Amino acid sequence: MNLNSDVGRMESFLRGRRDDGAKLLVVYITGGYEGWEAAVETAAAAGADAIEIGIPFSDPVMDGPVIQEASHAALEAGATPASVLAAVPNLDTGVPHAIMTYYNLAHHPGHERFAATLANSAIDAAILPDLPLVESGPWRQAATDAGVETIMLAAPTTPDDRLPELCAASRGFVYAVGLLGVTGERSALASTATEIAKRCKSVTDKPVLTGVGIGSPEQAVEASVVADGVIIGSAVVRRLLDGSGADGVGELVASYRAALDAG
Amino acid sequence: MVMTDPNEEGRFGEFGGRFVPETLIPACEELEIAFRDAWADPAFVSEFHRILTDYGGRPSPLTECYRLSEQLGVRILLKREDLNHTGSHKINNVIGQALLARRMGKSRLVAETGAGQHGVATATAAALLDMDCKVYMGQVDVERQELNVFRMHLLGSEVEAVSSGSQTLKDAVNEALRDWVATVENTHYCLGSVMGPHPYPWMVRTFHHVIGDEAHEQCLKLMNSVPDVVVACVGGGSNAAGIFSGFADTDARLIGVEPAGGAAVGRGVPGVVHGMNSYLMQDEVGQVQEAESISAGLDYPGVGPEHAYLSSIGRAEYPAVTDQEVIEAFQLLSKTEGIIPALESAHALAWVVREAATLQDQVVLLNLSGRGDKDVDQMMDVLGTESSQ
Repeated sequence: MNLNSDVGRMESFLRGRRDDGAKLLVVYITGGYEGWEAAVETAAAAGADAIEIGIPFSDPVMDGPVIQEASHAALEAGATPASVLAAVPNLDTGVPHAIMTYYNLAHHPGHERFAATLANSAIDAAILPDLPLVESGPWRQAATDAGVETIMLAAPTTPDDRLPELCAASRGFVYAVGLLGVTGERSALASTATEIAKRCKSVTDKPVLTGVGIGSPEQAVEASVVADGVIIGSAVVRRLLDGSGADGVGELVASYRAALDAG
Repeated sequence: MVMTDPNEEGRFGEFGGRFVPETLIPACEELEIAFRDAWADPAFVSEFHRILTDYGGRPSPLTECYRLSEQLGVRILLKREDLNHTGSHKINNVIGQALLARRMGKSRLVAETGAGQHGVATATAAALLDMDCKVYMGQVDVERQELNVFRMHLLGSEVEAVSSGSQTLKDAVNEALRDWVATVENTHYCLGSVMGPHPYPWMVRTFHHVIGDEAHEQCLKLMNSVPDVVVACVGGGSNAAGIFSGFADTDARLIGVEPAGGAAVGRGVPGVVHGMNSYLMQDEVGQVQEAESISAGLDYPGVGPEHAYLSSIGRAEYPAVTDQEVIEAFQLLSKTEGIIPALESAHALAWVVREAATLQDQVVLLNLSGRGDKDVDQMMDVLGTESSQ
């Protein structure tokens, strides 16, 4: 952690990789789902630049069917924020970790307490998709104070006059939401994906990663022409749901890595 | 005024706000601007009231319950929202929102529904105004409210059964939000209660204000005074907000009755879900709990933020009643007054019956938010042969 600036471990790591010429690959895995810890380690070994760990929530409004199903199964199996977070420091990844969850799980324990728990659990950054910029001030302050980077989401509908403020508020990277819709793979890359990444890149030099709707390595490459990289989630979690396990996740992540490296 | 506009951030005290994905923020802002503009336009307001009158059947009557009053020792007046077109107060809100959606150039409505009353009302407004409509309804509710599902189909709407989570109202809201995130450019989310992100809680209450305004005037005409108590059932809280808004600045006690299995104000703590900060039933880490009550329309673990506010400042009280008390009240009103209430509305009466000893000789205005036709099937199962005796 660089204590002398507001650039945290997530952002400095991703900037470093970008400066080396790499396109960035962030991999989402639902915490608490059977086999998730092995999947996280395998994903990192297969070339993920950062791992996004989902903390399952009862009402995941930004998630499509695949991640909903994994979240529900994890909750049924007894996953809690504490049980997921307790496992993270023992994971051998060598890359930064973000959590992705919904705001009530930060609100309920209180901002300071939740931020401190993240910081003590080897979590570098947080993504709270139902906490928009306009409501995010108090949480971002508490997170920053605890050394946790809050990654903000920029949507295709976000107006030009708000985008600079949103990108400035974001820490770690800027999450460019690739389409109007919830998480899940799509058969083709939405035209909105390139557009929102381009708009974000024009107002920030922070890493801009496109997520939501990336369904194949080819789409990842296409999205990364403008963006600094991509976030993949449902495609990965589907490998866990269909029983392919950590090996299946590893193969998938490796295929994205190879495609991105080949450009 | 107690029930005034929320502040710029859409808050009533500390409650409310706009906790939705960034994608929906511009839509919420657009809706707020459109609503302010429309509500300041006499032509819009006059069309709204014209449809509620010519099509919806307003004003709804105030009915004095002579037999029930004598039996309980409490003078009971019913605000007859059950007599509105589509059978409940829900029509007020959907006519307002559908007109607004049309004014905003949106051609499609999505809605969530619990008991099906809001779904039927939305499907009705969509038919009236020639708009596409899709209603999300929990699988559990689809099964227990089969007739309303058929009604929505008849009215030309699509109904999608939601099989995620608890398969009830809260999951239908989640699915409607997911739809809206993907279709926001041509679709208006016709939210059915005083909940959700700003401006919904305020806008929906404003469309239901007509209930309280009429009832206030009717009470003055009948007895030249306001009632001692105004009581309504509360799930999200739209019918209660409507009638409370006519009496919040009087001395009347305001009572919002929750189901014991969904007592967000009674048992909840502040939380954030479905776009708002309000009282919410949740477990020790913040997972939203599943509500459980005999009435699908009140099976909701949260409550509108203005109710949370009214509770926090002590202006309204939110007691809970059990399913058994509701079943008894449902039968009582049927047998004494010839009015079969919706199970939701029977919650309000159940509280009056329980508290009758402390309400002797007082005047209680009860918002009869809906009629019980939709519940007859379910009650046949609950009561068995007992009801035929």
